[in-house]
Amino acid sequence: MDYILIAVIVLGAIGLIAAIVLFAASKKFAVYEDPRIAQVGELLPGANCGGCGYPGCSGMADALVKGADAGSLDGLMCPVGGAETMGKVADLLGMAIANTEPMVAVVRCNGTCEHRAKIAEYSGLRTCAAMHACGAGETLCGYGCLGCGDCVAACLFGAISINSETGIPEVDDDKCTSCGACVKACPRGIIELRKKGPKNRRVFVSCVNKDKGPAAMKACAVSCIGCGKCEKECPFGAITVENNVAYIDHQKCRLCRKCVAVCPKKAIVAVNFPAPKPSTTNEEKEATA
Amino acid sequence: MGKLIVSLSPHAHSRDSVERNMYGVIIALMPALLASFYFFGLGSLVVTTTSVGACCLFEWAINKYILKKKENTLHDGSAIITGLLLAFNLPSNLPVWIVLIGALFAIGVAKMTFGGLGNNIFNPALVGRAALLVAFPAQMTSWPKIGQWGAYLDAETGATPLSIINSAIRQGDVSLLDELPSSMELFLGSTNGGAGAMGEICGLALLFGLAFMLYNRIITWHIPASILGTVFVFAGLLHLSDSVYPDPISALFTGGLMLGAIFMATDYVTSPMTPKGQIIYGIAIGVLTVIIRNWGAYPEGVSFAILIMNAFTPLINNYVKPKRFGETSK
Amino acid sequence: MKIKTFSMGGIHPNENKLTHEVPTIVAELPKQAIFPLSQHIGAPAKPVVQKGDKVKVGTMIAEAGGFVSAPIFSSVSGTVFKIDTAIDATGYRKPVIIINVEGDEWEESIDRSNKLEVVETHPDLTPEEIVNRIKNAGVVGMGGACFPTFIKLTPPPTAKAECVIINAVECEPYITADYRLMMERSDEILVGLELLMIGAKVTKGYIGIETNKPAAIELLTEKCAKKFNGTKYQVEVVPLKQRYPQGGEKQLVDAVIQRQVPAPPAIPVNVGAIVQNVGTAFAVYEAVMKNKPLFERYTTVTGKKLANPGNFQVRMGTPMIDLINACGGMPEGDNKLLAGGPMMGKALTSVEVPICKGTNSVTIISDEEARRKEPQPCIRCAKCVGVCPMGLEPYLLAKLSEVKNWERAESEDITSCIECGSCHYTCPAHRPLLDNIRQGKATVMGIIRARAAK
Repeated sequence: MDYILIAVIVLGAIGLIAAIVLFAASKKFAVYEDPRIAQVGELLPGANCGGCGYPGCSGMADALVKGADAGSLDGLMCPVGGAETMGKVADLLGMAIANTEPMVAVVRCNGTCEHRAKIAEYSGLRTCAAMHACGAGETLCGYGCLGCGDCVAACLFGAISINSETGIPEVDDDKCTSCGACVKACPRGIIELRKKGPKNRRVFVSCVNKDKGPAAMKACAVSCIGCGKCEKECPFGAITVENNVAYIDHQKCRLCRKCVAVCPKKAIVAVNFPAPKPSTTNEEKEATA
Repeated sequence: MGKLIVSLSPHAHSRDSVERNMYGVIIALMPALLASFYFFGLGSLVVTTTSVGACCLFEWAINKYILKKKENTLHDGSAIITGLLLAFNLPSNLPVWIVLIGALFAIGVAKMTFGGLGNNIFNPALVGRAALLVAFPAQMTSWPKIGQWGAYLDAETGATPLSIINSAIRQGDVSLLDELPSSMELFLGSTNGGAGAMGEICGLALLFGLAFMLYNRIITWHIPASILGTVFVFAGLLHLSDSVYPDPISALFTGGLMLGAIFMATDYVTSPMTPKGQIIYGIAIGVLTVIIRNWGAYPEGVSFAILIMNAFTPLINNYVKPKRFGETSK
Repeated sequence: MKIKTFSMGGIHPNENKLTHEVPTIVAELPKQAIFPLSQHIGAPAKPVVQKGDKVKVGTMIAEAGGFVSAPIFSSVSGTVFKIDTAIDATGYRKPVIIINVEGDEWEESIDRSNKLEVVETHPDLTPEEIVNRIKNAGVVGMGGACFPTFIKLTPPPTAKAECVIINAVECEPYITADYRLMMERSDEILVGLELLMIGAKVTKGYIGIETNKPAAIELLTEKCAKKFNGTKYQVEVVPLKQRYPQGGEKQLVDAVIQRQVPAPPAIPVNVGAIVQNVGTAFAVYEAVMKNKPLFERYTTVTGKKLANPGNFQVRMGTPMIDLINACGGMPEGDNKLLAGGPMMGKALTSVEVPICKGTNSVTIISDEEARRKEPQPCIRCAKCVGVCPMGLEPYLLAKLSEVKNWERAESEDITSCIECGSCHYTCPAHRPLLDNIRQGKATVMGIIRARAAK
């Protein structure tokens, strides 16, 4: 019996001493962290994608709390959580948040297998970066999409994939969080973050070819030749032509699609608009009259 | 005009390939294989074919049904090598079902679970052998005597040279060493009534294999030379201090040292990537081998020495860097 | 006597010197000459002509675009057709000047005679004058790197030049342009070497030649002895063991004077050596002694399936297809067209790419040799480590580049890689080692530059 008693007392004493030491250490070496950081962290998605520009969600939480103390949450936006999450964070921190437009990644190239003829065969490591270093690629266009999928590999959300028929990547509007990983991964700067638009509708020039007209036409059937018709046509001054290629400013574009109609090369693309209604012929009109 | 092909430089390649290296090792193993058939007859034939067949089968099956890979890696020849080396470590009277378990361990556990060729940390054949030694100690430590052609499971077993040395050291009795075959007999394998594992019996055959591999630049001299050199020197020093320890020549040709130094330790995947690293690796294996042989419980130390140093290979790779061009020595 | 060589690594690719003993012929003038504005390291040249201008052979058509740059001279006489873009050796469309060729009228200032001009008859040639003439003639490194020569001859104050080493190694398979130049113009080359030594203010010179060119070694040794014995110059012809990449400047300096250039940003002049290609030495002679700017060069056109491979003295701006047709035309089937040799050459997507200042060879690789084999997993054989001439670990650098671990790649000295391709050539698993390393090196150098800029 004595042994049991001694064992209990000794172990109990060790436990007590350890507890006191740990308690003292936790007080002496404690790192003060603003409790709001953890609270904000709870609200963030936890994907640690880096799309906000900070190292992970904890980095973002830290930045948000600092921003709140500095008086403004401008420039801080979680693309994954979107406006909803930012709203909740702002409420928690007692701040107002500016309404930011949802963005989406847009692949500005329409040089599909059909439109762009292959003039060479690439043999080797099939990444866009390697092909870009090797030369213009397998076609005559040195600016266009190489189709090897560096953007697909960079996307953490499975929002972009190569269409096997066209050879060009396509973005899934619902999955895209506009984190910008694909934009950085593309060695030719073809992908851009643009406004998602009402009902996911947007208009953009699907070409980044800076070669002069004749060279661009030889390379691809739907390349922009920098003729400037769209620039003249746009009633809102949203289009500029620089370096033989047109660019539509997505902040100014009102989706009127006048430019789409005048482009001689069909280089301007309007997505998610309804198909134009078939016009009734005169005979049909007479029949119903 | 045909198409123009483009790629990044360089645009030329040597004729070397993985297959060429693997099949080169298999050819280098042929003399030892023939020696093993010569000395152990039917038993050797059964165990070797089972081992090679099982290793190939398991690699193919795991690739196809478990990993569901589109392309099977069986053609590169590494499974055949594992099969041969595993068989060379086994006694020729080992039952088929034990050989199968050994092959499953070697390929399934030591190679495929780590990611297949190029990713395993430990030498698969040695892992198979070590697993069998632990699981079936009795069967794995009874070695048939040479010269029994038609015998398989019923082969008469005897004491291997290493077990003789082991008892001599334990009992401190030098006279027991008189039972040892002479150095020449150890070298050629013609130990009348002697016993051993199938692949280690004939040193000469293994040296032919070494010469073949060095000439074809399949391996470099660093690992075999550092292992054998270290064992020679260390064993020599011990022998000079107390003659109960075997003389260096016997130390070189007894047991699996030759097989280990030439074929097992030089395995690409599990050995260091720089010449300096390889020499450190070889010296350590040599030292460990002699220590385990003379003071450890097992009579044979090479397999464990190599397995232990396999674990250190990543560390050696991390810290031992080749001399950079233009590096001013500090 | 032991043949000299570099300290570590190296490979022995098949020589394939199909055109070794084919004497050089003068190539026909093209119908249209294309001059890319960027034929050298540094800023592209700026055009000084416009559409419709008449030019003669040797007229300057573009001036240097900055300090590290070089002017470009017309190699033909005719009318400027247009200033446009065209595909050049980089594979991309770049600004070029296109000239329609009419006749073959030369600038009067160029001395077209065959008389060998020597330094003794030109006492007015000071080092500064020589460097100036080289600069104005647009002479750049003719071995392929195209670094402006006048800059190499004026090292920074921290480095002192002790010798000039002529790179006549030609270690790449197939290429024989330098060898033919040595056999046919050795006297001019030696005067060029002398001019380089004066310009660099040194008295020691070496000519490194691989042992697969015994006739050139013998010829130059004899002529060197005749020319330089008893003068203040010590010039030695150094036979070098046949091994790739002996022609890499760091490996050449190591073999010839047994000094190893440290890791970048160090360059050969930091250990006292100025390395110049033998073609550059010839161009220096022509520029300084004949007042002839750089507009033509020796180029090998070769390939196993070419009907008549040969060596050409060709005017720059000639489209490659002209030369290929002179050799029997593009072979049937799929081919790889290279500007340069098989180890470091650039694969082209167009046969109209013109010969430029650095085009020492047009190589055509055919059939199965043209395509890469499927890569297999790394078997950790360490053969790549054994052949790397810079003492690096290619398997590791390639893996680090693949997983984008730039910090560790930098600490493993990825910037020391000379992109020779020995590792890639050797790998039994056909892994794209150099593809990955090249990308990693470019990214790490960008990171280093960004860090230095801060």
